Amino acid sequence: MKQEHTGVWTISEIEDGTINPVSYELLAWGKGLAETLKVELTSIVLTNKIKDIESLIHYGADKVYYVENEKLEHFYPDTYTKILHQLVEEMKPEIILASATTKGRTLMPCLAARLRTGLTADCTDFEIEEETRSLIQIRPAIGGNVMAKIKTMTRPQMATVRPKSKQPLPKDETRRGEIIKKEFNEEMYQSRYEWINYKKDESIDQPIQQADVIIAGGKGLRRQENFKYLKEIAERLNGAVGATRAVVDMGWIDYSHQIGLSGKTVSPKLYIAVGISGAVQHIAGMSTSKYIISINKDPEAPIFKVSDLGIVGDATEIVPLLAKEIKQGDKK
Amino acid sequence: MNIAVLVKQVPSTDNVKIDENTGTMIRSELESEMNPLDMYAVEEAVRIKERSSNTKITVISMGPLSAEYAIKEAISMGCDEGVLLTDRKYAGADTLATAYTLTQFLKGKELDLIFAGERATDGETGQVGPMVATLLEIPVLTYVNKIIEITKDDITVQRAIEGGNEIIRTTLPVLITVVKEINEPRLPNLENKLRAKKSKIDIITNEDLKVEEDKIGLKGSPTRVVKVFYPKISRQGEKIAVKTPQEAVAKINDFIKEKGVIS
Repeated sequence: MKQEHTGVWTISEIEDGTINPVSYELLAWGKGLAETLKVELTSIVLTNKIKDIESLIHYGADKVYYVENEKLEHFYPDTYTKILHQLVEEMKPEIILASATTKGRTLMPCLAARLRTGLTADCTDFEIEEETRSLIQIRPAIGGNVMAKIKTMTRPQMATVRPKSKQPLPKDETRRGEIIKKEFNEEMYQSRYEWINYKKDESIDQPIQQADVIIAGGKGLRRQENFKYLKEIAERLNGAVGATRAVVDMGWIDYSHQIGLSGKTVSPKLYIAVGISGAVQHIAGMSTSKYIISINKDPEAPIFKVSDLGIVGDATEIVPLLAKEIKQGDKK
Repeated sequence: MNIAVLVKQVPSTDNVKIDENTGTMIRSELESEMNPLDMYAVEEAVRIKERSSNTKITVISMGPLSAEYAIKEAISMGCDEGVLLTDRKYAGADTLATAYTLTQFLKGKELDLIFAGERATDGETGQVGPMVATLLEIPVLTYVNKIIEITKDDITVQRAIEGGNEIIRTTLPVLITVVKEINEPRLPNLENKLRAKKSKIDIITNEDLKVEEDKIGLKGSPTRVVKVFYPKISRQGEKIAVKTPQEAVAKINDFIKEKGVIS
């Protein structure tokens, strides 16, 4: 039986000419799937400029299609959707993966609606169903209380993938692949959007969802001032600061730091929960972290049930010292 | 100005059950409420109405009859009227089938602004908003945390994206999904509460809407939940009662070193 749609695609993210590392994580997912299906792994790049495009090959892509045009400098959903729609119609991949970033979670629904195909949000794992070659998309549902396996009856099968749900493959500079430029006529780049400016939030060194380490604080810190220790610890570990809804609502820290059901969902390598009791709504946003350390006074706090290391103690006494003495681990 | 707000009825977060056969959620009338993140969309629409004349806000939901409750919550915050798309045939719809059904109602309505929450706290996809915009062929602005200006023809907003805020303008009509930090939703006042109680929700079934049956409900959904399982959320962790902060710090440093989690 001839299959009309074939091949695995990842949508790479480029910012100001630089490849966002989430693109390499997608390639690691895509590589595994492409090998199981015995098809090519292709990465798609839409950008105004790009350096180092070969690194997509070095991280696992067999092929890269790129569209380079000054009008692609900013993410305009209409233009990006039009171009990707055309590429999909032309080459008919069976799987399309994008990162569950604000860009991916905007672009992919637009593209799926244009293609009238299924889309699964914020997946944390994938499998291939052997007999049908279908992509089984696995994601936490209902606040992480259950995991759902989802299958798409239409093609292409599309999914956004939670950042940090997989490590990039080691970079292999000897890998060779095809890099192909795609061009379109000018009207394809027409947009109804007009970008005005971008203001970086100076209090954030890196997007919290892309941080390897997150140190998050809750009411057990007792005073807003104690967040300064978390900031110091985050700096020492090159991580980011998170918070519970309770302390965000009290105005101790901005909403952009909120982890949980009505905030952000994160999967860092290490999550340190400080003075957080572990309400279901909070755990929903961090339970897929690789390692979890928690510090709480109450030995019965639910946070300990999801922790690899639980410290029963007063967070307000421990964090000042931790800020001075936390060490970086040895690289494995 | 003509505004629509899309709201969803969600189970109260602590009481959720799954139908093991279909993988869809079992909804109970008693334990549901308006999606908390939709309140910010409702509030933003009401604020626009308060500062501009001749503005009408329609709240629209698709769901079981009990979703009337969520619509009335929105009316009690200041929206004018409510519409509920409800039909057994709509049950089990995924994001595309939901967006398609909503679109069949919305198209031709001459709306200037359509608001939605960033995502629902049950499905957590955030996909229906952008899908509706695409199917209506209008622009979408996601993750909006501030509306800067609305003119006759266009709108300028600030979006919360990774690492900062982006300011962007697009043309009307537009679909906007808002994040929590955009405003502080009001508590309903008595007058609006009474009005909501008395208000008659416009019930629309598929006999009225006549959406193609292969595009609605479970049958019209390209995605299927094939299995639901309970993850092992408990970890085989060590719990240590520390006597001194020094001991705590030593334990943490040992753990980090042993696992090599930080490079």
